[in-house]
Amino acid sequence: MIDVKHLSKSFGNHLVLDDISEHISPGEKVVVIGPSGSGKSTFLRCLNLLETPTKGTITFEDTVITDPKVKIDKVRQQMGMVFQHFNLFPNMTIQKNITLAPVRTGLMKAEEANEVAAQLLQRVDLSDKADAYPNQLSGGQKQRIAIVRALAMKPKVMLFDEPTSALDPEMVGEVLDVMKELAQEGMTMVVVTHEMGFAREVGSRVLFMDGGHILEQNTPREFFDHPQHPRTQLFLSKVL
Amino acid sequence: MTFLEKFTLIFTNAKYLDSMLTGLRMTLAISIGAAVLGLILGTIVALVGLAKAKTPLMKIPKLICAVYVTVVRGTPMALQLFIMAFVVFAIRGFPLVVTAIIAFGINSGAYVSENIRGGILSVDIGQTEAGRSLGLSSAATMWYIVIPQAIKNVIPSIGNELIALIKETSIVSMIGMYDLTAAAKNVGSGQNLANYLAPMSVAALFYLVIVYLLTFIIKIIEGRLRQSDRR
Repeated sequence: MIDVKHLSKSFGNHLVLDDISEHISPGEKVVVIGPSGSGKSTFLRCLNLLETPTKGTITFEDTVITDPKVKIDKVRQQMGMVFQHFNLFPNMTIQKNITLAPVRTGLMKAEEANEVAAQLLQRVDLSDKADAYPNQLSGGQKQRIAIVRALAMKPKVMLFDEPTSALDPEMVGEVLDVMKELAQEGMTMVVVTHEMGFAREVGSRVLFMDGGHILEQNTPREFFDHPQHPRTQLFLSKVL
Repeated sequence: MTFLEKFTLIFTNAKYLDSMLTGLRMTLAISIGAAVLGLILGTIVALVGLAKAKTPLMKIPKLICAVYVTVVRGTPMALQLFIMAFVVFAIRGFPLVVTAIIAFGINSGAYVSENIRGGILSVDIGQTEAGRSLGLSSAATMWYIVIPQAIKNVIPSIGNELIALIKETSIVSMIGMYDLTAAAKNVGSGQNLANYLAPMSVAALFYLVIVYLLTFIIKIIEGRLRQSDRR
């Protein structure tokens, strides 16, 4: 579904991603873990071109999205993204947050978008917040809205950039539950996270990144029980 | 006559009052015209300044806007007004009021553009990223997401700019125009009241009332825009 070939990214002289090649198949739940500054968020943000790769190609389905001629807006409509800091639009109601993109990109008519929004809100148990503004919500509620806002575009893959890192500990669970449900429905997911429990339970594959490289990858069970690379072992000994 | 009697006389004497109101109308005409022109110009210049230049040709409008802001902010308003009146529009019969509106509008636009630019930059980059990640174009993201939030941020400084503009129009008497300040000077002169304090005080009162009303309107707009901030 997503094919990454020889991806490199540098900011100025600082090389953040160093020649990464990776393939993500439909239905996979790829969990990316690693220390801060390892390039995992940059890797994720390259997948929908929020960061422009310095070198390499990224192919989504049959489209080489790193080709400058590709209409990136059309590609992004099929790739949902959830951010660490939610990035809800504070000047709009929750309902408007969800319906804005489907309506303005021409995916749906206003009534259809409203119906979809109502269904999605029900799904995350926040129907009563449709007319509230983001500032009136808790962090966990905001992130659940951010997830359904992305889902309203009916994406084929969902990218999560540390979705629980900015949350109070007691709110992490409600967000992870929504993500687990999504995983069970078969959504293709790429998740950058520090939640090892989530990686172990939901991930179909775990990538460990450090220094702009993918040092090791495996099924969650093998990865956590028998880490091979010394750097992985050191990292896991500190976080587990 | 005491000061108070003279002060009252300006309101009761038809000639004096008419004189002051004629000046007031001119001040309002220049201020409103220049404010509208300045806001439009400022918005355009801010958006051009923030746009990414994808081709070398697109750098030209950006350069023009940068020069415009630098020159206008770096030279005195009175000088700009003289250049407009005695050089650019030194055409017989060309209405002075239009000259003044253009001069003040161009001046105000430079300051407004900097305010708007700052307002747009103050909107969290995460907002743009969220909009683009949903597949919205950069124009749609700007229009539906960034600009509404930027407006909320710039209303106070735009308000300041408009207040400064209204008061700055008082220099138009330097090119022979009859505005509120010129009217006060005329009413106070020897062949009229032969006293400057009273008409100057009346003019000051008029300016104060205008600025106070403007401040009030800005407060209301701000309140409306801050609705989404309530918790």
